Amino acid sequence: MKELEYPFDAEYILSKKKKIRREILSGGGIYSLVDKKIAILGGSTTSDIKLILELFLLNYGIRPTFYESEYNQYYQDAMFPNAELEAFAPDVIYIHTSNRNVTTYPQVADSAETVDRLIQTEVDKFTGMWDRLASVYHCPIIQNNFEMPLYRLMGNRDAYDIHGAVNFLTRLNMKFYDYAQTHENFYICDINYISADYGLKEWSKPFYWHMYKYALNVSAIPYLSFNVANIIKSIFGKNKKGFVLDLDNTLWGGVIGDDGVDNIVLGPEESEGQAYSEFQRYIKAHQQLGVLLNIDSKNDHENAIAGIKHGDSAFTEDDFICIKANWDPKDRNFAAIAKELNLLPESLVFIDDNPAERHIVTEQLKGVQAPAIGDVTEYIQNIDRSGFFEVTTLSKDDLKRNEMYRENVQRAQLEASFADYNEYLLSLDMTAVIKPFEPVYMARIAQLSNKSNQFNLTTRRYTQAEIEETAADPNYITLYGKLTDRFGDNGVVSVVIGHVMGEECHVDLWIMSCRVLKRDMEFAMMDALVHACQARGVKKIVGHYYPTAKNGMVREFYGVQGFTKVSEDDKGNTDWEFAVTNEYENKNNVIKVEA
Amino acid sequence: MTRAEVYEKLNKVFQDVFDDETITVHDETTSEDIEDWDSLEHINLVVAVENEFDVDFNMGEVNKMKNVGEMVDIILQRAEG
Repeated sequence: MKELEYPFDAEYILSKKKKIRREILSGGGIYSLVDKKIAILGGSTTSDIKLILELFLLNYGIRPTFYESEYNQYYQDAMFPNAELEAFAPDVIYIHTSNRNVTTYPQVADSAETVDRLIQTEVDKFTGMWDRLASVYHCPIIQNNFEMPLYRLMGNRDAYDIHGAVNFLTRLNMKFYDYAQTHENFYICDINYISADYGLKEWSKPFYWHMYKYALNVSAIPYLSFNVANIIKSIFGKNKKGFVLDLDNTLWGGVIGDDGVDNIVLGPEESEGQAYSEFQRYIKAHQQLGVLLNIDSKNDHENAIAGIKHGDSAFTEDDFICIKANWDPKDRNFAAIAKELNLLPESLVFIDDNPAERHIVTEQLKGVQAPAIGDVTEYIQNIDRSGFFEVTTLSKDDLKRNEMYRENVQRAQLEASFADYNEYLLSLDMTAVIKPFEPVYMARIAQLSNKSNQFNLTTRRYTQAEIEETAADPNYITLYGKLTDRFGDNGVVSVVIGHVMGEECHVDLWIMSCRVLKRDMEFAMMDALVHACQARGVKKIVGHYYPTAKNGMVREFYGVQGFTKVSEDDKGNTDWEFAVTNEYENKNNVIKVEA
Repeated sequence: MTRAEVYEKLNKVFQDVFDDETITVHDETTSEDIEDWDSLEHINLVVAVENEFDVDFNMGEVNKMKNVGEMVDIILQRAEG
């Protein structure tokens, strides 16, 4: 809902949070909600942080239940056996600490060794907590870093003198980052940045600490909770995947069709052109994260291309996967772009300076976000603060995603040149690697389990820790599938998890990335599953299909694979069975498989 | 701003914070009279009132306020000052 999208009205959210909650919960199903259990371990009051975090998470399609530690009991909750927290079995732990929780700051007369020891003591306290939480709860941990202190005893010297609180907190933060760099499933909530962004003086108003033991200004809570919600939704695969961009007055100033390519406002000659150039560089930088760039513009195609090729443009035509420059309604182009990319419209963000265009796109395509980007000098801040692409993990696939989608366009061109589809598939020279889960792919497998909505039979989500546990459990058959063809490597695109119970194998998860639809990869996965079952003496494979708003494309999937439907309930949940025999014949004959 | 005008706005704030459109407050209203008015909601109430009237209460004022009437007194004082 618009009220919960950046730039939001924090005061409105604070005073109307109950009404907003009621409205979201009764609003009913743009999203199918996933349930997640979130433990908040606080070093100060967390009540409103929790309530407002709930709103932002609901808005992201995540329905949280909370465990909230008693006031300032974060350390005790983390370090000692805690039956309540163990029974709660959190999916995420958020540790909300602040510089109020630092036990001992250096004294000006302390020796360098003493200060080092203080740092080490503080760091040991935290790393001890993180290690224990990870080993007991096997779930992602989100940890606040430290915001800068309320005052600077030595003034500017506080920053560089080892006795200064600014210096001390900065060094602690660096130690936190060392841990984050070397531990998976551990994420920093950068309150040092967001407090600065909010205004440190306002953020750390002591009134709220002395009155209510809040470590931050209550009015700043929506910004903190939003930031935490962004990390959580990213962990659970709910990041956006790309931009759909307008051109005139968005990527450059002026209207290229009227003004001509030589007169659009772009480049270093004057201030407005500089602002558009900076914005172009900001957008282009997203390619490094695997964010897909597309154009949706009311323009003649050749004018659009001329603008993209402008001498001061940061882009080339190849930077964009889909360019729709025509006179069709923007929502129709937007939908067509999503379809060509095999993505849901809501996974793309619409960037347009024109509120009317934003309105038609968000009205026609539910769930699509189109931020109110303001003036060109505000575009970057408004988009950046929205947290659309919050990076929690950066897989190799993310880094190459643009390349992969470009290859898809080439495949589509090749496909058009074949009359027979099977011949086309053979011409792709496809090779697959299908094997039990391996350590290097755990992050990607978890990511895929959280991102796949359409080709997903059970819509079960797994954290990386759960994926690793499943891989290690002898009662499970795990298979990942990686597909390469003449245009490039698609990376890990399919995952199957089967739970072996005696002579039956129940398929808990079967997912495939939509970017390899209609390539027969699903048949190759079926063959591999059957072979794994044969090797274990499994006689029967049991499949389940649980319908969601998004997975209609696989309703009959098991039927196509040769399963027999054995039951169906009134919600459309279906159960299927497949008899494993030694006479099984491979269904895939277009992909060479390495097992 | 008259006392009645303050109450008109204040009722709206109470209704939002406690999500109950039937709430009306008067001089003698205290936290005893509104079911959800606990110490945590009190914080939200104070922040919402501060935002609505663009005033900042200090700690002494918040600690001493015994009823809604005293809150209104402070708001009116600030409006004059």
